[in-house]
Amino acid sequence: MEIKDKIVPLLQEQFPETNFEVTDFRGDLKIKFDASQIYPVCNFLKNHDDLKFNMCEDVTAIDWATKKNRFTVVYHIYSLENKFRLRLACDVQENHPHIASVVPLWKSANWYERETYDMYGIKFENHPDLRRMYMPEEYEYYPLRKEYPLMGIPGDLTLPKK
Amino acid sequence: MERLTKDDVHPSIVKALLDQETNVTFEDALENEMILNMGPQHPATHGVLRVLLRLDGETVVAAVPDLGYLHRGYEKMAENMSYYEFIPHTDRLDYISPPANNTAFCLAVEKLYGIEAPVRAQYIRMIMTELSRITSHLVAVGALAMDVGALTVFLWCLREREKVLNAYDIICGARFTTSYTRIGGVAADMPDEAIGIIKEFIAQFEEKLDEAERMLNTNRIFVERLEGVGVISGEEAINIGLTGPNLRGSGIEHDLRRANPYMLYDQIDFKVPVYNEGDSLARYFVRADELRESCKIIIQCLDKMPKGEIMLNSPKKVLPRKTEIYTKMEELIHDFMIVNFGVKPPVGDIYSGVENPKGELGFYIVSKGEGHPWKMKIRSPSFCNLQSLGGLIKGHMISDVVAIIGSLDPVMGEADK
Repeated sequence: MEIKDKIVPLLQEQFPETNFEVTDFRGDLKIKFDASQIYPVCNFLKNHDDLKFNMCEDVTAIDWATKKNRFTVVYHIYSLENKFRLRLACDVQENHPHIASVVPLWKSANWYERETYDMYGIKFENHPDLRRMYMPEEYEYYPLRKEYPLMGIPGDLTLPKK
Repeated sequence: MERLTKDDVHPSIVKALLDQETNVTFEDALENEMILNMGPQHPATHGVLRVLLRLDGETVVAAVPDLGYLHRGYEKMAENMSYYEFIPHTDRLDYISPPANNTAFCLAVEKLYGIEAPVRAQYIRMIMTELSRITSHLVAVGALAMDVGALTVFLWCLREREKVLNAYDIICGARFTTSYTRIGGVAADMPDEAIGIIKEFIAQFEEKLDEAERMLNTNRIFVERLEGVGVISGEEAINIGLTGPNLRGSGIEHDLRRANPYMLYDQIDFKVPVYNEGDSLARYFVRADELRESCKIIIQCLDKMPKGEIMLNSPKKVLPRKTEIYTKMEELIHDFMIVNFGVKPPVGDIYSGVENPKGELGFYIVSKGEGHPWKMKIRSPSFCNLQSLGGLIKGHMISDVVAIIGSLDPVMGEADK
């Protein structure tokens, strides 16, 4: 059986309470579920003997600019053994956006989550070192949010002393 | 490198450096540990990488890389321009290998549109990608050799790279920022003159490579400065997210050209070089072997490349040919619509990752059915590879820092986006 057909039944069996929304667009399998389940689901996907998603390739977010479920956090994980890439997605609300960190599972998520925090202001709980990645530490805005203007905000970057 | 005072370093960075109880100080370096600032303007950091080093004498106790000195906000810009307009910007990601980036981006957009370039265009793209792998690895090997003190090889490598750039010049009119691919094909056909130059280059390249390798592999200083320096195990390399030659230097045979073949790589015979040591020397060996494999791939592509179209004929998705725009009404309208409003893809999101010289370059595109992406994320290999830097440097001497950065081969244009 193809790995693609195996993942969803296995997940459903392990997490009967959770609602998994599965889409398959252009051959990319995407599974969307509740944000509170992100850590247990990732833990299961990483450690299951048949799946072994041992590489976290990317963590990012999408700003939908809507009132409800404004952000979606997107994970790309890869199984070297099965040569298969899976996309996980979780909605996060606008007010105090937060989601559990997956750094304990994949160390590589450390910088990806920092970048996502830097660009969207989403807090990753239990992240060991949640600092800004690109922007200066005292920067007030989150540049990839849709309300941030393309030209930037004049005077938002303080010049260095001296 | 300069000494820092406490006011120069942001408190949160200091906190990251001081991960354990210590009596670090910014003054009195001889008595205590000290913090040293390396970069962003430093010749050995391959661009504008800044690393804060916590030193005990000459040994690095902790290191925190600080990125963002070349952050241009390409992901924000991409949300505000059509897919066609973004192609020249991909040149500036990994600026050592522009054609590979062009190809990666166009493959992603084509996946979103659901189209595929004609066979000849795919072969041309493969040849260009492998040529850019050669240029990239030549710079990587040369710069690594220069970082540890062997300047001659650097000059030899750049001399060879120049020959490839001459071929670029004839193929796409630019030596550096090529912007060569288009969605659905490539900008111009590969002329016979360029094929001649590429064949000539490959015919003499093996010999030159042997020459450079003899020089390096028998050089005791070069080998001893890299052997056993910056060791990372295979498991750890996967965990920290290394890809490309850096991962294959740790004994993991993972190459997207093999694992998830794209373009026509499944019809090409090539080896994936793997070394098990996981140190800086192994990463150099992987790159040197990949240079030879790339030559093999190019020769096969040149043999197999058929004659034919270089752009897909799909009027509503792909730019029509110039001659037709000037003579036919329909094509003129399509051209006007595509240039002004962009091509409208279906609603959905795709991820497309390819094996670039530095590792896996991925584009994650979210489309709302408009002519421009709603969101575009660039998963750049240099960014992910740099993440291992802090762990690799720890415990080494300060002079090894330079060798380790060189062996990871980061390009800051890509790491900072």
